[in-house]
Amino acid sequence: MSDRPKAVALISGGLDSMLAARLVQEQGVHVEGLNLYTGFCVEGHTHAIRKKDQAQPKRNNALWVAERLGIPLHIEEVIEEYKEVLTNPRYGYGANLNPCLDCKVFMVRKALEWLEANGFDFVVTGEVLGQRPKSQTRDKLPLLERDSGAEGRLLRPLSAQLLEPTLPERAGWVARERLHAFHGRSRKPQMQLAQELGLETWAQPAGGCCFLTDAHYAARLSDLWQARGSKNYDLDDVMLLKVGRHLRPLAHLKLIIAREAGETHFLQGYRRRYPHLRTTSHGGPVALLDGTWSEPELELAARLVARYSAGRNAERVDLELEDTEGGVQALSVPPMAPEAVPAEWYIGG
Amino acid sequence: MPEQLDCRHLLCPMPVIRTQARVAGLAAGDELEVAVTDPGALEDVPAWCRVHGHEVVETHEEGHGAFRIRIRVGGA
Repeated sequence: MSDRPKAVALISGGLDSMLAARLVQEQGVHVEGLNLYTGFCVEGHTHAIRKKDQAQPKRNNALWVAERLGIPLHIEEVIEEYKEVLTNPRYGYGANLNPCLDCKVFMVRKALEWLEANGFDFVVTGEVLGQRPKSQTRDKLPLLERDSGAEGRLLRPLSAQLLEPTLPERAGWVARERLHAFHGRSRKPQMQLAQELGLETWAQPAGGCCFLTDAHYAARLSDLWQARGSKNYDLDDVMLLKVGRHLRPLAHLKLIIAREAGETHFLQGYRRRYPHLRTTSHGGPVALLDGTWSEPELELAARLVARYSAGRNAERVDLELEDTEGGVQALSVPPMAPEAVPAEWYIGG
Repeated sequence: MPEQLDCRHLLCPMPVIRTQARVAGLAAGDELEVAVTDPGALEDVPAWCRVHGHEVVETHEEGHGAFRIRIRVGGA
């Protein structure tokens, strides 16, 4: 190698991957970031939907981290490829629908593909030994290395001193003694290191950036798979599971009811994909209908939507059902009483 | 006339990903105009440009929540 060694760092937007990248950068290695978008990432679109969240900074945390580090960041969309990881995880799920170990293998493998396509030398991750009960234990890390095909090209600077020396250490590209031996779930060593490296403020704590670890979200995704009879999904499904109240009054019909104006606006964007109900006599939410229904079942759905409108105490509420072609059917129904809505209709809270 | 990229109704980070893919096929000095509706893109597209050395020449609002971001591709 004539030039400086080159590393691609997996950047999540959290503290650990930022520190890992900086440790390698400090040793004179050329570092570029890679962020993989599965569709299940918490940041990004989610904060743009609900009005109440609009005060939050609308930034992509991975980009923010890259800017702090002064490195280019490549964002790759992996929604299709990720389906196999999520629907058929070799190592199973965590507490919810989080296939963490398979996910890590997948991400390291994608980083290796990127590395080979771009002539880079090794991959850097922010993994910390023992930090996650399922995917970062001492027996799991070598497994990740083996399954991803990393063959020594995977450096975890935060725990490197506790692990076998990797190619960049053996080749002298990075000095092992300037790497770390972090272990376990405490965040204190990382916070102290952040201070030492002048990176005190960071975007988000470790973890908590994936909807698949969220119990409510996992319940909605399970329900979707069950109703479809297959584990298929697309990006629109992934988005819609994040928005509104989800109610399933019938095995073959689900309603997605907006909770506020921001969500109504968002759901209206799907009016050519799903028929929707909207109230006309009173202010109220938009509700998407996913499934099939008879006339009495449509009335039930309309009564449910009316229950969430400003006419919830009125004798009757007028609504319109608009199909995906723009055809409109008028309805007039008595709103359902709140206590008449069975708790089991609510999917994922 | 700059090249056009329609990212309206896409939520972040999709506008950034589409911009990245289009810029990869452009040369230094070329211009690209990206139409977006997700307000997050007004932060993210410029941030992406900064870390890759591209320049945001102009951002303007078109009404109805739509914006256009004009980018000049930087040197490699």
